[in-house]
Amino acid sequence: MLPTIFCTGCGIGSVMNFSLRAIHDLNIDMNKTVFVSGIGCSSRVPGYIYSDGLHSLHGRAIAYATGVKLANPELKVIVFTGDGDCGAIGGNHFLHAIRRNVDITVISINNFIYGMTGGQVAPTTPLKSKTTTTPYGNIEYPIDLSMTAKVIGAPYVARWTTAHPVQCINSIKKALQKTGFSFVEVLSPCPTSYGRLNKMGTALDLTKHFKESTINVKLYEKMLAEGKTTDKMVIGDLVDIEKEDFNTKYKKFCGELK
Amino acid sequence: MIHVNSNYCKGCLLCMEYCPKKVYVKSEKLSKKGVFPPEVKYPENCIKCHLCELMCPDFAIIVEDKDDK
Ligand SMILES: Cc1ncc(C[n+]2csc(CCOP(=O)(O)OP(=O)(O)O)c2C)c(N)n1
Ligand code: SF4
Ligand code: SF4
Ligand code: SF4
Repeated sequence: MLPTIFCTGCGIGSVMNFSLRAIHDLNIDMNKTVFVSGIGCSSRVPGYIYSDGLHSLHGRAIAYATGVKLANPELKVIVFTGDGDCGAIGGNHFLHAIRRNVDITVISINNFIYGMTGGQVAPTTPLKSKTTTTPYGNIEYPIDLSMTAKVIGAPYVARWTTAHPVQCINSIKKALQKTGFSFVEVLSPCPTSYGRLNKMGTALDLTKHFKESTINVKLYEKMLAEGKTTDKMVIGDLVDIEKEDFNTKYKKFCGELK
Repeated sequence: MIHVNSNYCKGCLLCMEYCPKKVYVKSEKLSKKGVFPPEVKYPENCIKCHLCELMCPDFAIIVEDKDDK
């Protein structure tokens, strides 16, 4: 299977690397794990993992994952999704799986663009960024996937970049151990589309840019307390609470009806 | 022992940049894949932090904790 089809330095390989290390460290039983994805470069990840997987339709990964989890609650369900897959066409599934608190782990690989189809604007594309459909710069405000997950009520939310391997692996481990909807967003270089169109260089340059344009949530909260602000993207463990998940609620509810 | 699989390596050089001990240099020889892979130039400096292994998007590096003499 290796080498992957991903371009040189593409962050999707890094996120796959981090995820597999987290799964390995936790000793997760691959016979009881299902990887689900939609369509996109990032959605190709389950194809490289020796385990059951569902390569579904664009935007529908979370809907399929919900089905798998409800049909067989014993299974661990892990979704790999691109920022377009998760936030654009799959946006509603994303919101409502969080609202229901379905016990799945969603790992979103955010490269700020539609990678697979040649670099069209995504809902995460920053203002002024160039894409093939915004050749003079994007004028639409981007959506923040992690903050959306937080306000809808996901019990676990974390965001890192591919330049934070150790922190990212730790957060994926926490996400995999959380009962309920857990969300890990990883800012990831797409040198071929995003990097090239915005003259931001190689994957190496992009990882450096991500490091410089993000701020750890602890530092950010300290800044806020001091009355300061920043337009950097906040990274770190953003939410970690306990909340009864859908399967547990459903089982109890069925018991009450008897 | 550090193993670099030049059949997997795509030459992004992330490993080289993020190694805190600058163990790697860019090879001067083109690999079969048509890239300049990292070359383990100063293995004695390696502190086995495994960062290069983690940073590689292509599973091309394995760092063994024990050095075979
Ligand atoms: C219903 C449907 N609409 C559109 C497409 C075309 N399409 C394939 S991948 C993709 C977007 C990919 O972007 P993203 O989800 O961010 O993943 P990436 O490739 O960047 O990893 C689109 C629009 C499709 N396959 N199916
Ligand atoms: S187009 Fe972008 S996201 Fe897709 S494999 Fe290449 S670098 Fe990665
Ligand atoms: S293990 Fe650490 S010190 Fe050794 S080569 Fe890799 S990054 Fe460098
Ligand atoms: S990080 Fe991996 S793919 Fe990139 S140059 Fe190093 S060994 Fe090659």
